[in-house]
Amino acid sequence: MPQDREDDARDAAEAVARRSYGKLLAMLASRTRDVEEAEDALADAFASALVDWQTAGVPQNPEAWLLTVARRKHIDAIRRRRSRTDAGDHLKLMAEEIEAAAVNDTAIPDERLALMFACAHPAIDPAIRAPLILQTILGFDAAAIGSAFLVSPATMGQRLVRAKGKIREAGIPFQVPERAELAGRLEAVLEAIYAAFAEGWSDPVGTEVRSRNLAEEGIWLGRLVASLLPDEAEALGLLSLMLYAHARRDVRRDAQGEYVPLADQDPSAWDARLIEEAEDLLSRASAQPGTGRYQLEAAVQSAHVVRRRTGRADWAAIERIYDALLVMTGSPVVAINRAIAVAELRGAAAGLAALDALADNPRLVNYQPYWAARAGLLAGTRDVEAADAAYERAIGLESDAAVRRFLERRRAALRE
Amino acid sequence: MKYMLLIYENDADRVEHMDERMPNCAAYAEAMKKAGIYLAGDRLRAVSTTTTVRVADGKTRVVDGPYAEAKEQLGGYHIIDVPDLDTALAWAARCPSASRGAVEVRPIWPL
Repeated sequence: MPQDREDDARDAAEAVARRSYGKLLAMLASRTRDVEEAEDALADAFASALVDWQTAGVPQNPEAWLLTVARRKHIDAIRRRRSRTDAGDHLKLMAEEIEAAAVNDTAIPDERLALMFACAHPAIDPAIRAPLILQTILGFDAAAIGSAFLVSPATMGQRLVRAKGKIREAGIPFQVPERAELAGRLEAVLEAIYAAFAEGWSDPVGTEVRSRNLAEEGIWLGRLVASLLPDEAEALGLLSLMLYAHARRDVRRDAQGEYVPLADQDPSAWDARLIEEAEDLLSRASAQPGTGRYQLEAAVQSAHVVRRRTGRADWAAIERIYDALLVMTGSPVVAINRAIAVAELRGAAAGLAALDALADNPRLVNYQPYWAARAGLLAGTRDVEAADAAYERAIGLESDAAVRRFLERRRAALRE
Repeated sequence: MKYMLLIYENDADRVEHMDERMPNCAAYAEAMKKAGIYLAGDRLRAVSTTTTVRVADGKTRVVDGPYAEAKEQLGGYHIIDVPDLDTALAWAARCPSASRGAVEVRPIWPL
């Protein structure tokens, strides 16, 4: 039946697109460093597949079929563009590769990691690295990425085009860096993945479907890197960290959609399977040399999930890990979290003293978590007036209505 | 790919210490030649010797001095032929002037 055929063709094309888009694009782009041209060729190939697979049926190896067609389109495009220059070498190389792929069509080398290192190259603007990875590895369009990063589709589109132009014209290599450079360069790749995850994570209610997907796509990218670099502690650490966070995703809101802070969450409602996987990754990371930021942040999460067994987070461990993170990053955000751990261990006044040390930091003036932490600690010392003012600041800086309502409830409780 | 390494430094400082710094610069250029990547390069005279030319409405205007006043000025360049940007950046980092000023790395766009 034609309708079924049509559906089959579309389903098959969609399934390959989801699974293999980045792999096919990496393969095509790594030969010419021209990401845009490779994207165009691949889009053409997917369009051909929808037509061709309806009549001829879905090929045995859809990935190889798409690659072969995309390469032909790619060669056509190069031939058109470089008709008056020496395209000879490129064409010869591509023809050889097509032949090799035809002979052995199951062996499509995975060059996604090389593509990710190109996207997160130090010569690329840090702000565009995560969007670029989302587009090239996962096939997101500029509109979807723009909406996730709160940038207009047109602006995001321009930035992506500029970055791809830079990759092509500046000669950014598609390769996994040498051992000596790997750690530093991997950090940029991991940072981009974490940025994608964090964009999705910041939409706890999941009203924005695209954001919700971003958290899962971030985890997918994290899994990809961890599987391709299984001996890199930070690659394992990042995946572990994301899984710990993801394990609590559904518990951050109650049935009425109200915000539930970590301290009030029911540990038995956390996703045990994800936590076990995260714990396993963390112990694998600790077995590798080098301790980095993600591994330490995952260790904090691990100390929190101890609550599942003991009913209380291991605050002493949390303070120790934040001490180490503070030395490593000097981040005021880490210092805020450390102050909360101090309060759990030695009382609100001690936590407040630790927080006071940060009061001069200009970055914190408009940082909601600082004011929320401060308000909570002031409430703990029964300094009602100051706590009330701090809650007001925190409420004024919060964009999530559910969190705002939570802070309002806490503020009102001061007067009870 | 061919890249130009554009060397920017405090010009007065560069000219004043040229003689004592030359051996290092020569060693750097020699290393690039030995690596088989070197195409061309030279130092430039002091920025005070610059003359800027513009043509507007059919009139040629000649002005004494550089196009833009800045503390760090173009003081020399190298042109190298290497496989990719990473290799070009690695060579740029070895340039003695990179630790005093800055080295811009730009791909050559052939005519």
